[in-house]
Amino acid sequence: MTPVKLYPPKPEKVYLFGTCLIDLFYPQAGLDAIRLLEREGIDVLFPQDQTCCGQPAYTSGYHDEARAVASAQLDLFPEPWPIVVPSGSCGGMMRIHYPQLFAGTERKAQADEVAGRIFELTEFLVHVCHLRLEDHGAPEKIAMHTSCSARREMGLTETGPALLARLDQVELVEQARAAECCGFGGTFAVRHPEVSAAMVEDKTQAIEATGATRFVTSDCGCLMNIAGRFEHQKRGVEGEHIASYLWRRTS
Amino acid sequence: MSARDNILKRLRERADGPLTAPQSDFGVVTGRGWGQAERLARFERWITSVHGEVVHTSRDAWTSTLAEVLEAKGIRRLALGREHPVAAEARAALAERGVALIDADRDIEAWQREQFHDTEAGLTSTRGAIAETGSLWLWPTPDEPRLLSLVPPIHIAVLDADTIEDTFFDVIERHGWADDMPTNALLVSGPSKTADIEQTLAYGVHGPRELVVLVRNAEERV
Amino acid sequence: MSAAHEPVQTFTPRDFHRQAHDALGNPQIRANFRRAMDGLMAKRRDVFSDWDLETLRELGANIRLRALARLPDLLERLEANCQANGIQVHWAENGDEACRIIREICQRHEAKAVIKGKSMVSEEMHLNAHLEAAGIEALESDLGEYLVQLNEQTPSHIIMPAIHLNTDEISEIMHDKTGIERTRDVDTMTAAARAQLRERFMGADVGISGVNFAVAETGTLCLVENEGNGRMTTAVPPVHIAVTGIEKVVEHLRDVPPLYALLTRSATGQHVTTYFNMISSPRKEGEHDGPKEVHLVLVDSGRSNIYQDDELLDTLRCIRCGACMNHCPVYTRVGGHTYGTTYPGPIGSILMPHMMGLEQTKDLPTASSLCGACGEVCPVKIPIPDLLVRLRRESVGEGRGNVPGAGVKRTKKEASAWKGFQWLATHPGVWRSGTAMVGKLQALMPAKLGAWTEYRTAPKPAKTSLHALVKRHQAERAGGEERS
Repeated sequence: MTPVKLYPPKPEKVYLFGTCLIDLFYPQAGLDAIRLLEREGIDVLFPQDQTCCGQPAYTSGYHDEARAVASAQLDLFPEPWPIVVPSGSCGGMMRIHYPQLFAGTERKAQADEVAGRIFELTEFLVHVCHLRLEDHGAPEKIAMHTSCSARREMGLTETGPALLARLDQVELVEQARAAECCGFGGTFAVRHPEVSAAMVEDKTQAIEATGATRFVTSDCGCLMNIAGRFEHQKRGVEGEHIASYLWRRTS
Repeated sequence: MSARDNILKRLRERADGPLTAPQSDFGVVTGRGWGQAERLARFERWITSVHGEVVHTSRDAWTSTLAEVLEAKGIRRLALGREHPVAAEARAALAERGVALIDADRDIEAWQREQFHDTEAGLTSTRGAIAETGSLWLWPTPDEPRLLSLVPPIHIAVLDADTIEDTFFDVIERHGWADDMPTNALLVSGPSKTADIEQTLAYGVHGPRELVVLVRNAEERV
Repeated sequence: MSAAHEPVQTFTPRDFHRQAHDALGNPQIRANFRRAMDGLMAKRRDVFSDWDLETLRELGANIRLRALARLPDLLERLEANCQANGIQVHWAENGDEACRIIREICQRHEAKAVIKGKSMVSEEMHLNAHLEAAGIEALESDLGEYLVQLNEQTPSHIIMPAIHLNTDEISEIMHDKTGIERTRDVDTMTAAARAQLRERFMGADVGISGVNFAVAETGTLCLVENEGNGRMTTAVPPVHIAVTGIEKVVEHLRDVPPLYALLTRSATGQHVTTYFNMISSPRKEGEHDGPKEVHLVLVDSGRSNIYQDDELLDTLRCIRCGACMNHCPVYTRVGGHTYGTTYPGPIGSILMPHMMGLEQTKDLPTASSLCGACGEVCPVKIPIPDLLVRLRRESVGEGRGNVPGAGVKRTKKEASAWKGFQWLATHPGVWRSGTAMVGKLQALMPAKLGAWTEYRTAPKPAKTSLHALVKRHQAERAGGEERS
């Protein structure tokens, strides 16, 4: 259980850790996250040497490799600014698992310090920026899938929906079994493809049943999985990272 | 070395070293502070929610209520003890009522088949009850043995309203169970049931199909 | 169509993938589990709604931790108090030893028929088969276990053994195996089973049960149940043998109420079970029923090995409620048999590798999306996802080597792929040339991308990486600020 976090006042600057999936497949979502933060008057620092949080190796059991990768990231945030991560999964890795991964090593203190500065994007926008949004978009019904890491590891069930509720023209509809995993699970989707496929099929059906033709999520793993399934089945529901959706409707 | 010694040795010589035992705070399972009326209401609500039947009666008139229950349910053969006041009063009251009273204070070997096949109900006293879960607590005795509340298809339990306590934890602590555990201590919360066939509830799978609790209130209640 | 007519199928954890494939393709299995798990999750939610659940879980975890911290002392105390009460205590290093001990007790009493209450530890050691081989009939009396035994299967859930079967299938099984008329009426089937089993209780020479909590302080064995078969098993036959894992001990009697409250609510969403049966001695002088002999068999079977390791130790906190499987999206899809182990689902995936070795069970720790639902509902706060990751480490040889078969899953190909990943992710210059990296990753895992695209459209690598987009964006902003 994530302890209750005391949120700081809105800072002058933040770091953005973009995540490897955004870097590779959804860079626009990363850029939109930056624009949302900049619109709040925050300078966004983007360390160009960032790569991946190391989670794929971590959950696969390759902890030496994960530690080496994580170790390289620890050095990227020398100033005491908050580190914003547009992903519950990578955010959870850095906040919860970095301290575990570096336990008993000489970098434990640094890992703890970095972990303490990690904020998931929607969390940061709600609790630190107290973001207000002016919706310029057309009326729309959408569904949201909150990733399991955001929901259970970081305790952020409410922040995504809270942001969407600030969009006047948007009606958020909740799918059946909203808390259930979409079946991505990183390497799970490739190690157990059939089980994963059954899970994502159920998730897409649940989203479709709400009548929404669009869903948003704050995690690109889930996005890749759910949107990839919709596209594969040619079912006409589109997915988008919540950062892009918020930016698109309010800019 | 014996298996026992090997196992204990491995546990004692734990590779990662000795463990520290934490202290426990039991606040969450005690201190409800309910009054007697609240306890009775909760007990009744919970036990009826799991198919237990509650019949209110009084200390003075309870045997008449028992007779009515037996008549309403068509019970002609009732197993019961002899010495406990509940059994003694029931025996006295039912002597002329045409109900066969079957002695429960006999070695089971002497009457197992009779108990399984020819006993329509078992009558027992209770030591008390638990408001939070709607549970009766029984400590079977030579007078009212273990199977009396289990084998007959109907279990009739007599409970004094003022013996209902808040929680299981409270019962264990206040009555010093740990100092003096009987051969068998029981909580009973409703009749026997199962949901093993497609989550559908069915009663009386092995034990009683019906549990009737005669609640003896100090004052007569309507 | 009926399960009763299908040939007996055996499941092993080695065949997890094939078994999962079969289960996923079986609409009946899918529907039965989905419906059951949805119901159980809803009931659990309701029954905890007026509780300070987090405080209660904290206490549950704390009680179990305390018991484990003092485990050797508590086992000795349990033994001494049981013996003082007249209960005979036996110790077994493994399932085979426990089977032998139980068989010998049965043989000493010239037992022909044994009646069993629900015991997962007895499943773990394949006790029924062992007794049958010695000419002793072992009959399950829990209705679900009885049905599963009639159908020559094993339980598919630790609390609800027959949850994979629906009413029609059960009707067919009872008709085939016990000769009753086919019926969809659950009360009729239940009454038939009652009549069949009552005869068997009376005829049984020995009753064998499990134990939910063994109380060291008083030498008391606690059994949690709804049906009354547990009480029958432990009170009707002249001999009662209770069998349990060494971790089931708790220190004090007052430790029991919180664990009992957590167990019933987590397992089936019940605020209490029908019976809570606490046994502290055999029939005493002057008492009229109950067994004249009570035995307690304490089984290790790898538990003392789990006990050695600070992280793995948490596995032993388990009180066997099954909430982790009820909430597991993988278990819900594939059902219990697919795992091929006595304990299926998340708890099985962190426990069975210790009992069977990783060679057999290496596909179980990966059969989780690490969604965290299991850890969230665990009444004693076992960090199941972390333990799944730990076992993945052990399987690929990057753990502490404290699990049998450690390293069995390590392949040169995969290890070098992760070394390659490490190299790329620690060389940001190379990383930034994104396309090159994507090309490399694809080269490393060709088959796996294939599996992905069988069910989903693959995401297209972006033409411009975030790194590049940010550079451009920062340049534009700087330029914009200069111009303004």
